[in-house]
Amino acid sequence: MLSIRQLAKTYAGPRQRTVLAGVDLDLAPGDYVAVMGESGVGKSTLLNLVAGLDRPDAGSIMLDGVLLAALDDDALTELRRVRMGFVFQAFHVLPYLTVAQNVALPLSLIGAADATAGRKVAAMLAAVGLADRAASLPRELSGGELQRVAIARALVHGPRLVLADEPTGNLDPESAAQVLRLLRDQVKANAAAGILVTHSRAAAQTADRILVLTREGLRESGVGPDFPAQGGAPNG
Amino acid sequence: MADAKGAVRPGPPVKEVGSDTTFPRVSAAGAVLRGSLAQNRVRAALAVLAIALGVALGYAVQLINQAAVNELAQGVQTLSGDADLEVRGPRGGFDENLFPRLARMPEVAVASPVVEVEAKLVGRDDALRIVGIDVFRAGFIQPGLVALPAERLDTLRPEAMFLSPAAMRWLAAAPGDTVRAQVALSDVPLRVAGELAAGGAQRFAVMDIAGAQAAFDRLGRISRVDLRLRPGIDTAAFAERLGGSLPPGIAVVRPEASVAASASLSRSYRVNLNVLALVALFTGGLLVFSTQAHAVVRRRAQFALLRVLGVTRRRLTALIVAEGALVGVAGSLVGLALGFALAHLAVRWVGADLGSGYFRGVTPALALDPAALAVFFALGVAAAVVGSLVPALETARTPPALALKAGDEQRAFAELRPVLPGVAALVLGAAATALPPVAGLPLFGYSAIALLLLGTLMLMPRIAVLALSLLPKPRPPAARLALAQLSGTPGQVTVSLAAIVASVSLTVSMVIMVASFRDSLDAWLERILPADVYFRAASGGDTAYLTPDVQAMVAALPGVRRVEFLREQPLLLDPARPRVVLQARTIDPASPGRNLPIVGTPVEVPARAPPPVWVTEAAVDLYGFAPGKVIELPIAGRAERFTVAGTWRDYARQQGTIAMERERYVALTGDRTVTNAAVWIAEGVDRATVQASIRDAIPGGDRLEIALPGQIREISLQVFDRTFAVTYALELAAVVIGLVGLSSSFGALVLARRREFGVLRHLGMTRRQIGTMLATEGLAVSGIGLAVGLVLGFAISLVLIHVVNRQSFHWGMELSVPWAGLAGFGLLLLALSTLTALASGRQAMGDEVVRAVKEDW
Repeated sequence: MLSIRQLAKTYAGPRQRTVLAGVDLDLAPGDYVAVMGESGVGKSTLLNLVAGLDRPDAGSIMLDGVLLAALDDDALTELRRVRMGFVFQAFHVLPYLTVAQNVALPLSLIGAADATAGRKVAAMLAAVGLADRAASLPRELSGGELQRVAIARALVHGPRLVLADEPTGNLDPESAAQVLRLLRDQVKANAAAGILVTHSRAAAQTADRILVLTREGLRESGVGPDFPAQGGAPNG
Repeated sequence: MADAKGAVRPGPPVKEVGSDTTFPRVSAAGAVLRGSLAQNRVRAALAVLAIALGVALGYAVQLINQAAVNELAQGVQTLSGDADLEVRGPRGGFDENLFPRLARMPEVAVASPVVEVEAKLVGRDDALRIVGIDVFRAGFIQPGLVALPAERLDTLRPEAMFLSPAAMRWLAAAPGDTVRAQVALSDVPLRVAGELAAGGAQRFAVMDIAGAQAAFDRLGRISRVDLRLRPGIDTAAFAERLGGSLPPGIAVVRPEASVAASASLSRSYRVNLNVLALVALFTGGLLVFSTQAHAVVRRRAQFALLRVLGVTRRRLTALIVAEGALVGVAGSLVGLALGFALAHLAVRWVGADLGSGYFRGVTPALALDPAALAVFFALGVAAAVVGSLVPALETARTPPALALKAGDEQRAFAELRPVLPGVAALVLGAAATALPPVAGLPLFGYSAIALLLLGTLMLMPRIAVLALSLLPKPRPPAARLALAQLSGTPGQVTVSLAAIVASVSLTVSMVIMVASFRDSLDAWLERILPADVYFRAASGGDTAYLTPDVQAMVAALPGVRRVEFLREQPLLLDPARPRVVLQARTIDPASPGRNLPIVGTPVEVPARAPPPVWVTEAAVDLYGFAPGKVIELPIAGRAERFTVAGTWRDYARQQGTIAMERERYVALTGDRTVTNAAVWIAEGVDRATVQASIRDAIPGGDRLEIALPGQIREISLQVFDRTFAVTYALELAAVVIGLVGLSSSFGALVLARRREFGVLRHLGMTRRQIGTMLATEGLAVSGIGLAVGLVLGFAISLVLIHVVNRQSFHWGMELSVPWAGLAGFGLLLLALSTLTALASGRQAMGDEVVRAVKEDW
């Protein structure tokens, strides 16, 4: 479903900085991988390239057979709107919309009919355990609840690919564990593929595979000198 | 540390962590200021510019007005010299036999008689003030008026005159030249004998008093007597005693009172211009408010952190206000320099009267006045400080724990304040409209306008929520999101709108007021110009008139069906005020509305009551001459009693006009001369033919100013438009500042909502959709601002028409709303505002917002 070949990105400036080099990745529907790496190694850049929010300097990205490099900005945006979902570290739930309206936002952008959207939103809120908070405003929710809203929003329109960037970074251990479980379950339930970017080993272990991003590329993880052993809390 | 033998020796001193002074220290002030001004250079610059523009306009208007009044005062000072008191009478003069009586009084050291006329010059529109003096006496009191020519006897020669330097330049004259003055319809040649040393920028001439009396038909009459009292005499007490013994219509005043009386004529106009300029400054202050409001909300978490680290509420408030003060200081300094330059340009291009006609002929030298500098500097700083105060207080009040929460910045805009303060301000404003003027100025009227504006701004969040709820829900998601965003943050709408609501409402109110005034003036001209042809002896001055012979000639001309004559005579009722004008004219007492534009209902005068006169609205306001009241008027040196039979409207004069039947005037004074005439022509006769025959038949007919009603109307409206040109310029400045405020607000909002736009891009919103969202927000915000501005502007226009104008100029007018003009203005503003929002929100459609989702702050 997702195929990345020899992806590379360099940021120009007074001192050129190569952020990604030689990244390869294949994901099939249902695959749920975690990407770990040191700070500044390019994890968020990788997500931005996959999402079509930035252009690589080399390499290719194909999603469901569509080559991203061949699309212009509007086409990339449409692809992202229909086939991808995002979960951010800082939740980024719009504060002036209710929980239900936030979850419905991707459906509105796609142009789904109100009745259809209503059913899907209700189902999604139930799935994340927030059915009774549909009319609440974001400021009335806890961090864990907000991230569940974000997960619901990321999946309500049935995306093919879910990208989660440090989704538990702002959560307490208990909430983090709940969110990670929910994220994995919903990705699987919706037959999507998922990429979880995280610093936390425990969080990464909720994925099917752990990949490590280095300056040389992406490789399967093992317990090694790259990563200090971190046990316990998912975002510890 | 152990040495080779194992003994412990003290090692080098251990540096404590943190004691190294190379760590840069940042104070709370530095933390606040660095976070704002340096990071928002463009917005800070715009705020500085807005304050600068307001200060510049206010200072320029003040400079010009002050210089003109100072020049006026200096002119009066030159003419009055060292006089302690002046004895003044009607413009046409009083019996010269009063002079020896005054001169012989034991308290009087020197008495100097003066004949003063505004002489119509042949070939010139403006009159020249000619002062006739007794050179032997004037030398003691008004030495500046005494010339020292090579030919000393010229000061006594009846045909010789000496010009002030300004008059010399104006007439392009040189000693030996002849200047022709018009008396009645004849020429009186006067020889320029030299130039006076004194005079400043005032245009006047000095000649021998006997020569002036002979030349200008003032034999046996003088205009005033200047008195210098003996040392030790109580001036006030003497003035009171003397005043009680003078004939009616003659008063004793201090020379300063002449300045005050002259200046009072223009005072309302000057104050109105100052207020308009301050409106621009007020709008600039609102721009500072919106800039600061956005800036502090965006840095809410930073300020919360400072509070957590130990900065008190008071200190934080002071720091944010100090930020605003910096903007004020910078803006004021720039504004003062700009204002000085503007004043110079304005005097050069428009004239010292700024189009009003009050200071025509005065070319003042602009001077830096430290007091005015200080006042406008303080006003600029105050506007910026007050603009920063509300956001500062709000920020300091916010609990730090809440503010540290991500996304809390929207909470600041979501709050709806209680309605009571806003409603109270509106009610107070309405009440203030009922209060009388203070020292002749509509201060409560201005206060009412300020309160109405303030009250509306305070209620804006509620108004915005209501307006947004009434809008139909658009189908495109981007537009729907835009309206949802606005509905959820009504405070943000207010901040964005403050400057635009202020400038739109004040502009709309001025547009309605000026349109009402113009239409009322037009209708008034229609009523007062019923005849076919009008002519007068001269356009200016008080030396030209039409004799009874000329009147008879005109009445007998073929083609002339009827002629009505009019005599105007200034009367001194109150030395502290400009003279009222007495108009002796044809009036049908049974139906005065046929001859005068009567307002209200005329009063029927009982048969045994004093005879009727009809007074203007100004005379009612200034002298209390209400219909039905019996009043005394000094006519021909006697106090004559009259009954006020009605009120009429006179836009030509704001100092008051009193109309009486011409026959009665002639019977009281014996004066059969007239200044104006209105001619009705016979059916089938051409107007141009009658015009030509009037000019040809009368000796000196080429001196006459003859005009058709349409021409008079056109010129009058041109003068009106010129007078308000400066007003329109000041209003345009306010609108521009309002639009700049909107642009600055939108730019700040886009900055504050970067993460939100980044999320929307992640969710699949295209750049165009982001643009649609911004355009919808811009359209909605400016639409609300326009609607509120229109309604508020209408309300303020009523205050301007019925309170400010009435109390300033004593002119009533009928409301007339220029719907087409307002509609055009509204559409233009909507378009400009929407484009402004789009242009300011360019960043939101860029790539930087995508990365913003990762930012903490």
